[in-house]
Amino acid sequence: MSLGVPGAEGAPLLVLDGVTKSFGAVAALRGVRLALHSGEAHALVGENGAGKSTLVKILAGAHAPDSGRMTLDGRPLELRGPADARAAGIAVIYQEPTLFPDLSVAENIFMGRHPLRGLRRIDSRAMNRDAEQLFQRLGVRIDPSRPARGLSIADQQLVEIAKALSFDARVLVMDEPTAALSGVEVERLFGVARSLCERGAAVLFISHRFDEVFDLCQRVTVLRDGAWVSSDSAADLTVDEVVRRMVGRDVSSLYPKQDAPLRDTLLEVRGLSRSGVFSDVSFSVRGGEIVALAGLVGAGRSEVARAVFGVDRYDAGEVRVAGRALPPNSPRRAIAAGMALVPEDRRQQGLVMELSVERNATLARRRALSRLGLLVGGAERAEARIWTRRLQVKAARLAAPVATLSGGNQQKVVLAKWLATEPRILIIDEPTRGIDVGTKAEVHRLLSELAGEGLAILMISSELPEVLGMADRVLVMHEGRVVRELPRAEADETSMMFAATGQGATA
Amino acid sequence: MSLTDTGAPARADGDPPPGPGRPRRTLTERLLAVRELGLLLALGALILVTTLRNDRFLSAQSIKDLLLGCAILVILAVGQTLVIVTRNVDLSVGSILGLVAFATGDLFLAAPGTPWPVALLLGVGLGAVCGVINGGLIAVAKVPALVITLGTLYAFRGVDYYWAAGRQINAADMPRSFLRLGNQTVLGVPVLFLVALVVVAAVGCYLRCYRSGRELYAIGSEPAAARLSGIPVGRRVLAVFVANGALAGLAGVLYAARFGTLDAAAGSGLELQVVAAAVVGGVAIFGGSGSAYGAALGAVLLTTIGSSLAVLRIDPFWQQAVVGALILAAIGLDRLLALRTAARLRGRSLHGA
Repeated sequence: MSLGVPGAEGAPLLVLDGVTKSFGAVAALRGVRLALHSGEAHALVGENGAGKSTLVKILAGAHAPDSGRMTLDGRPLELRGPADARAAGIAVIYQEPTLFPDLSVAENIFMGRHPLRGLRRIDSRAMNRDAEQLFQRLGVRIDPSRPARGLSIADQQLVEIAKALSFDARVLVMDEPTAALSGVEVERLFGVARSLCERGAAVLFISHRFDEVFDLCQRVTVLRDGAWVSSDSAADLTVDEVVRRMVGRDVSSLYPKQDAPLRDTLLEVRGLSRSGVFSDVSFSVRGGEIVALAGLVGAGRSEVARAVFGVDRYDAGEVRVAGRALPPNSPRRAIAAGMALVPEDRRQQGLVMELSVERNATLARRRALSRLGLLVGGAERAEARIWTRRLQVKAARLAAPVATLSGGNQQKVVLAKWLATEPRILIIDEPTRGIDVGTKAEVHRLLSELAGEGLAILMISSELPEVLGMADRVLVMHEGRVVRELPRAEADETSMMFAATGQGATA
Repeated sequence: MSLTDTGAPARADGDPPPGPGRPRRTLTERLLAVRELGLLLALGALILVTTLRNDRFLSAQSIKDLLLGCAILVILAVGQTLVIVTRNVDLSVGSILGLVAFATGDLFLAAPGTPWPVALLLGVGLGAVCGVINGGLIAVAKVPALVITLGTLYAFRGVDYYWAAGRQINAADMPRSFLRLGNQTVLGVPVLFLVALVVVAAVGCYLRCYRSGRELYAIGSEPAAARLSGIPVGRRVLAVFVANGALAGLAGVLYAARFGTLDAAAGSGLELQVVAAAVVGGVAIFGGSGSAYGAALGAVLLTTIGSSLAVLRIDPFWQQAVVGALILAAIGLDRLLALRTAARLRGRSLHGA
């Protein structure tokens, strides 16, 4: 194991040495070191809670380290705030895009750095033109004068990248930028990252997808429990070795679904259509079965799930639960019929971030837990304890706000919330998005267990290995239609990609 | 939330030519999207209807009264816009106005020879001090502005009552040059209204064309992202409260000049009219969008409704009901526009309007 000190490439551009950061009693980072070289893409991997996000926040100037040194070009670097980081040429693309929904795309890119004309007024024509040029460099079409509200997550990510490009970042930090992107979009992003590298920038890339890590990066640093484990050339590493270092033990990164006896059809969807979004979607899910909805981002998978659950309206078709028609537009009736939806965007749709773990975990069960219309704390706590223990949620206290948990643990709380309603049908959208390998395996094992107990599970996933490992049947969507249905035996990466890109429909 | 004006700088220089992938808009949507135009139409319709019933409503004297009547509300609404855009609110403006108005009168009592520009500067300064107190408390206590300014609403008013100690100041106590400020006209337009116009133009231009002005929208649109993108959020919010306090101070001095008779109750309850004017003018109460021009037009509209109902001899009770209905209509319109815009931005809406 090498020591992460400057190698043959010469002096590093940005160095962190012995960086420590604690939040209260919890040590998030303990003496972490990192050396980023100009022209090199460097991967930072580690389980959730390993301290990656804290490290990113320190590089972004949002957190000040408790101790340790940072140098840029050999000179000491002190970041008193995000403005300092920006001035030093450090651009950060966060996992969750941080845009201003009310402002135009161009303004989002140039906020605080608008091009000016006379009297220091903003030159909006130049601003829109510059934004247009950035998008041309990225090879995408986004109207710079439209508001950021309503952009897809992939497009939001592109705006963030344009922002980073716009101030000629010397260090580009990308915190799981690909979690919401489809294959084509990831390729485009990597193209931009590589061209930045060629121009002498250093890239720090954080991802849970190892194929991407090895595709893009020349060097890999592993963190575990807030401590530095290793920094090596990517060529000297294998995926298995990286995973072993991340978790400190051997795990099978994917937990294949156990065969469960198939029971009666629980969920049946017939001819579901919504004008312009999806059309004529039909499928059924039996108890004990996991059916995956696969396809590219934007193919309409989440929209179908939301319509089935009654959050969104649909124009035609019907949804039947255990043979009985479910009225449209009523999540209440869907819940009463035994349906649960674990949404894709857990921060916005799955959790109340300011509320405690126990409140969140029991949110969908308020009625059942209340006595005479009052919620007694004890009942919530007892219920929450059962589920957080079963799902092994790692939280300091059950009364701690959910916002303080790591991404993987937040996802477990969302799961706990819905499992507490004892559903018969579980719809789960991107169950392991942004979750580390260890927790991923736990979630997979749990889903397999639930199917074994007779639940019908509809899973939406953009990760092919997950779909292939977990699903009994795969429905591939393309532009709002189910174009292929593949039983487990026939599903493989090639057949799915063909269908998802619209080429398999005729085959 | 509305999308009314935030794209303004982008639109200001004319739309880029529509190309593929660029969302199209219908003419009605474009017109509705410019909130100021809608307000002007409403104002025009109101004046037209009232004039048809009573043609004296459009006489020179009546227009002058109208402009005079709305000037102070316009200044306060524009100041409030600065605050609301950052997802805050300042409920203490009525109390600041009352305090400054009485202080100005008392200044002339204590030092009769004070030139009016000095009184004006002192009044604006006192208002700014009140703004510093508001902004400072919000920054230190990290409590929503709604709660802090609700507290200072009573605190400033309390200071006002303590200072006044039951006294009343009359026009005779103030120099004539000062009182003229409140009633004089230039080419038939009241000076007070000209001052308001200057304030509207200055704040409107600042919010639209200056980096720090745009940062106020960013703060109101997504505070966490604003912090991450290096915007000095605390400093900007403090500055906004100071500016709003100073404008309320200016309004207080003008109030003293216009009415002449002052007691400690001056401007009581004004804060809700101010917020109403801003909201009717298209300033989204959750921040991030709206313009000073819209807020000013909102203030003019509310004032005009008041006088037109009086001309039409309608019970003053209805005035409040109409204002309430207008606020609800404004919010409804915002919601409708937001939904339509969202549908259009998804590129999947099938509107044929």
